[in-house]
Amino acid sequence: MSEERLLAKLKCSLQVGQCGNQVGCRFWDLALREHAHVNKRGLYDEALSSFFRNVDPRKSDGGACCVGGRIQHLKARAVLIDMEEGVVHRILQGPLREVFDSAQLLTDVSGSGNNWAVGNLTYGSAYMDSIVNKLRKAAEHCDCLQCFFLIHSMGGGTGSGLGTRVLSLLEEEFPDVCRIVTAMYPSAEDDVITSPYNSVLAMKELTEHADCVLPVENQSLVDIVNKISLMSHDAKPGCVLKKESTVTSGQGGVSPTERPFDAMNNIVANLLLNITSSSRFDGSLNMDLNEIAMNLVPFPRLHYLVPSLTPLYTLADVNIPTRRLDQMFSDAFSKEHQLIRADPKHSLYLACALMVRGNVQVSDLRRNIERLRPSLPFVSWNQEGWKTGLCSVPPVGHTHSLLALANNTCVKPTFMELRDRFTKLYKKKAHLHHYLHIDGMEQSTFSEALSSLSALIEEYHHLDATKARLIPDAPRLSIAR
Amino acid sequence: MSVVTVQLGQCGNQVGQELFDVMRSDAPDVHRKTYSAVSRERFFRQTTQGALEARAVLIDMEPKVINHSMSEAAKSGRWRYGETSHFSQKQGSGNNWANGYCVHGPRHRDAVEELVRREVEHCDMLAGFIPIMSVAGGTGSGVGTFVTQCLRDVYPSSFVLNHLTWPYGTGEVIVQNYNSVLTLAHLYQLSDAILVHENDIVHKICSQLLKIKQISFSDINRVIAHQLGGVLQPTLTPVSCGAYSRHPIGIDWQVCPPPASAGRSRSLSAGSFNTSLANLLILRGKDVYSADTGGFEDPAIYTSWLPPDEALSLWKSPVPFNKYEKSATLVSNSQALLRPLDDMVRKAWNMFASRAYIHQYVKFGISEEDFLDSFTSLEQVISSYSELQ
Repeated sequence: MSEERLLAKLKCSLQVGQCGNQVGCRFWDLALREHAHVNKRGLYDEALSSFFRNVDPRKSDGGACCVGGRIQHLKARAVLIDMEEGVVHRILQGPLREVFDSAQLLTDVSGSGNNWAVGNLTYGSAYMDSIVNKLRKAAEHCDCLQCFFLIHSMGGGTGSGLGTRVLSLLEEEFPDVCRIVTAMYPSAEDDVITSPYNSVLAMKELTEHADCVLPVENQSLVDIVNKISLMSHDAKPGCVLKKESTVTSGQGGVSPTERPFDAMNNIVANLLLNITSSSRFDGSLNMDLNEIAMNLVPFPRLHYLVPSLTPLYTLADVNIPTRRLDQMFSDAFSKEHQLIRADPKHSLYLACALMVRGNVQVSDLRRNIERLRPSLPFVSWNQEGWKTGLCSVPPVGHTHSLLALANNTCVKPTFMELRDRFTKLYKKKAHLHHYLHIDGMEQSTFSEALSSLSALIEEYHHLDATKARLIPDAPRLSIAR
Repeated sequence: MSVVTVQLGQCGNQVGQELFDVMRSDAPDVHRKTYSAVSRERFFRQTTQGALEARAVLIDMEPKVINHSMSEAAKSGRWRYGETSHFSQKQGSGNNWANGYCVHGPRHRDAVEELVRREVEHCDMLAGFIPIMSVAGGTGSGVGTFVTQCLRDVYPSSFVLNHLTWPYGTGEVIVQNYNSVLTLAHLYQLSDAILVHENDIVHKICSQLLKIKQISFSDINRVIAHQLGGVLQPTLTPVSCGAYSRHPIGIDWQVCPPPASAGRSRSLSAGSFNTSLANLLILRGKDVYSADTGGFEDPAIYTSWLPPDEALSLWKSPVPFNKYEKSATLVSNSQALLRPLDDMVRKAWNMFASRAYIHQYVKFGISEEDFLDSFTSLEQVISSYSELQ
């Protein structure tokens, strides 16, 4: 049948809170740039349609244009939520204002006071219907929504509280649509004192309602950005840092100035670009988003996937293409490239995905997997647990790139540290009253959140314990002759 | 007699396109008119404008690969796919066999059967079907199995030959062993014959024999297409009386072992060669009539209860195949696949023992019971092949 049913494979992003919106906008900015780089003829193609609507304002029926025509006005398939006006307001004044429809925005004025309960319960209840309507609107422009991307921070009130309320709404209203959450975790020195409370309360929601979570620690982003900055100032002779890459700089992007968090947000935005690249562009081995959840989540609650992105900067002095390629693979497993402060090589892998972009062939992939595999501890029942994808289009400014997503027990120390910070406050009942006086908030909410986190840590702990043991093959079925 | 090919999933559509390319470029119009005519009749049909269209149905749960295959074919200028011969969705199967088999398959059954029916109607005489798919993913494996079942139901007297690509042993897809086990267990009941290519083996051909440095999936697919073409292109068989055999797969693929006798020990002995049940040797090109094929008749390579003259089939074609002056293809029903099959089952079983990923399959309708049935099925196959002597 030639009539292509327009069951588009759409992705919708939900950016909640200050951090979520800053990262989200950076993502949309880079996505536009990436597509412009590849799509020279201005055609509204499949790839673009999965992230953008094409609207012709001259049309009377609302303007939606089909795939195959020329680009008129691209509108991001996104919903922007913030309980303060500042960030969203700035976006609407800035160069990305045409990319977002006012119907996709939800703002309030007073903010959540860094209080998860205010975000989740007060605003959650007040705006529940409005949010559902906006989501339905975003979803109705297509027959088939494939995936929701939720972006928010864990330490504040709006992103953390309202963000997780939105997450459970998504599960209720669209149970069959995959929910991928990019969650920014605060560092220990975070200036929000109650960030441990907010983070742990949010974690319970993520464990229960997300299909997968990509945790990103602020501290890791700071370390990476510092390292890049050091490299560019401290350049060895013959070592040139490629300045126009989308990873390290916003130059060429829509926003003219680099603000302090821009570099950090850039990295997270690239994570999202890479994870969706195979859905948008051609490749010899496609890796779709629903395949990520399928392959990387062996047990429902253990869905925290540690991301690592390489290269973070491009060196021009390594002239041998193969060596540069192999270095990229090695780096993906090094501590310095993980987006949380963890060392996956010294913990246990449950599963690992490698999404390669650019001129990389299956033999390069195989060679590197064989080379690196002996040094990586994998769980006994998943000794060859690799999920791989090859996308032919690299990010702008690079010849190739690699995103690794590891389901690895190295998240355990991160979660344990979070639990410690939580307990330090909770033991003293510090700041608890701010939460408990919110309608709908009980002491049990805290204790349940803590139990949930502890249970999660236990599960990772059990798996860790199997690491040193030699597990024999399970006895096979014996067949009657 | 014509064959309708059903290309399923990314692998199936990529391999299928290379296969048709080989078959089209192998049978140039000028020389060897009969050979070309038979080949063309078998795999292509002519439109009213004189263009050659493949007798193929292209199926995938996402559109990118089909679009690519169709445009690659059109670029060749020598053949193309029918404009309306494809069906795709946009959601993908998520590498989940259950999603392919229980959800996408049934949901799109009517549309797929309609496409197949249209293609069959273009055939004067239908020999059968060749579904081409991988076993590692979700669409090729899951939807492919479901479609094979449909073909069986709708065309009970037609031949179904499944071509399967087995993934690299060290992972392309983490749940590939589950998907493979479920596919193979079902196909054993449904298919007349299963032709297998393993990516690991084909990769070695590319690196060691063809000396390709940076091997891509295109290279892999071309080798597969070449070997498959070597099997499927016209030949003269002992019973075809000097004409090209009308039925492309004329061998009797059903081999029944004698009633079980006691005392057979089960062992996967490495060391000695793989015992064969039956072999099909196809020679093409120069000197095919003078070639000495005695080695293939040695009783030592066959099971004791089948005489070599029944177990070995020899087909020949004096026409050189795909620019090779001489070529030989061996299709073997032997213990060669025993070790890879056993490895696949072992890994899947270890994973199943910890119930990892099972919730992903249960979500779409495949239960633990279904898994156990499939494992049992394959253990029986492994057992039967192990006991060949």
